[in-house]
Amino acid sequence: MYSVNYHRAASVADAVKKVKAGDGKFLAGGMTLIPAMKTRLAAPSDVIDLTHIAELKGIKVSGKTVTIGATTTHFEVANDEKLRKACPALAELASHIGDPAVRHRGTIGGSIANNDPAADYPSAMLALGATIVTNKRELPADKFFKGLFETALKDDEVITAVTFAVPAKAGYAKFPNPASRYAMTGVFVAKGKDGVRAAVTGAGDDGVFRSKEIEAALAKKFEASALEGVSVPSKNLMSDIHASAEYRANLVVVMAKRAVAAASA
Amino acid sequence: MSEVTLVVNGRKVSGAVEDRTLLVQFLRENLGLTGTHVGCDTSQCGACVVHIDGKAVKSCTMLAVQASGSTVTTIEGLANGADLHPVQAAFKEHHGLQCGFCTPGMIMTATDMIRRHPDGLDEATVRAELEGNICRCTGYHNIVKAILAASKTMAKASKGKAKKAA
Repeated sequence: MYSVNYHRAASVADAVKKVKAGDGKFLAGGMTLIPAMKTRLAAPSDVIDLTHIAELKGIKVSGKTVTIGATTTHFEVANDEKLRKACPALAELASHIGDPAVRHRGTIGGSIANNDPAADYPSAMLALGATIVTNKRELPADKFFKGLFETALKDDEVITAVTFAVPAKAGYAKFPNPASRYAMTGVFVAKGKDGVRAAVTGAGDDGVFRSKEIEAALAKKFEASALEGVSVPSKNLMSDIHASAEYRANLVVVMAKRAVAAASA
Repeated sequence: MSEVTLVVNGRKVSGAVEDRTLLVQFLRENLGLTGTHVGCDTSQCGACVVHIDGKAVKSCTMLAVQASGSTVTTIEGLANGADLHPVQAAFKEHHGLQCGFCTPGMIMTATDMIRRHPDGLDEATVRAELEGNICRCTGYHNIVKAILAASKTMAKASKGKAKKAA
């Protein structure tokens, strides 16, 4: 790792002030940033630790609205009783990210800000129609994710929380890569007051995306059987040593079926 | 440079380190606690697992300064004098190791796992929970056996204690 200056932010305003000082980066759980710094793929001059800012932590469910603070860990999301009732699919998703030690450190805000094309959370945010709340504005998930590791965030913009309306039904299923356990394809389906939304991670060559084909089929009937015979185009899907675009196109439908089955269970 | 202050295995320690110093380096090189291993350097193998404020984390994926102010338990902090911790005893009894390189991380992960599952563990859960720990010798079979056995011993011990208290 190259030399770096560490700062512990006391508040969001303090974090923003410190990040502007050099070529700084915000540090949450560090489950991606620290490994990237170790391999010198990332070399920020400064890292600003957000995890000691009390207002960024915690899960609230009030009425039909869920709010999750940005530095809430995967472990906390997976085990929160209120969230397990309001949106079990999201808690279940969090319980399968990485491994137990990673879940103790990794955060929802960090995952969303990083927008890894194979991360789990972006698909949930997109399918739930979540709002990403920052220190500057509130962005719908549809406008937040911009491609591989790209988001609408500005350099001095910090995610403070995500919020979404409790869905009537939601489910997530992923096909983990046998070695890395990242999603080779993961599909999050949600049925809410604005209809059915289905978002795909791990498969798109431009990152997370909504599948029109899956959404149209599930809008007619929110059951796995509604996806019989549905096909998703392989154009714009990833091809790599693990799977071809055609294979991933098939996985999208299979994972969508499993996600709907999980949502109805 | 930053001043790092920790409570490690019940002892207050501090030291001035470069900000880029990983927690595992601080434990091994500054404190001489070489029981915590570095196996992969890519956050996958889990040989470096320690407990920070009671939770299992990978000490190779955290800066020492990030941990400053925390309470850390390493493999050296588990045994009570000459008496092995029940998880250590179970690994010995069930031959849950061959070369032993992954063992400190396995044991720290196992104690965290058992703590989070006070109602007991089954084989599938143990195998899923070992996702972040790699062993290249044993094929995991005896590690899983050892963890299941330790979980039972520890559940009995805590029931015994509860009875005494009542």
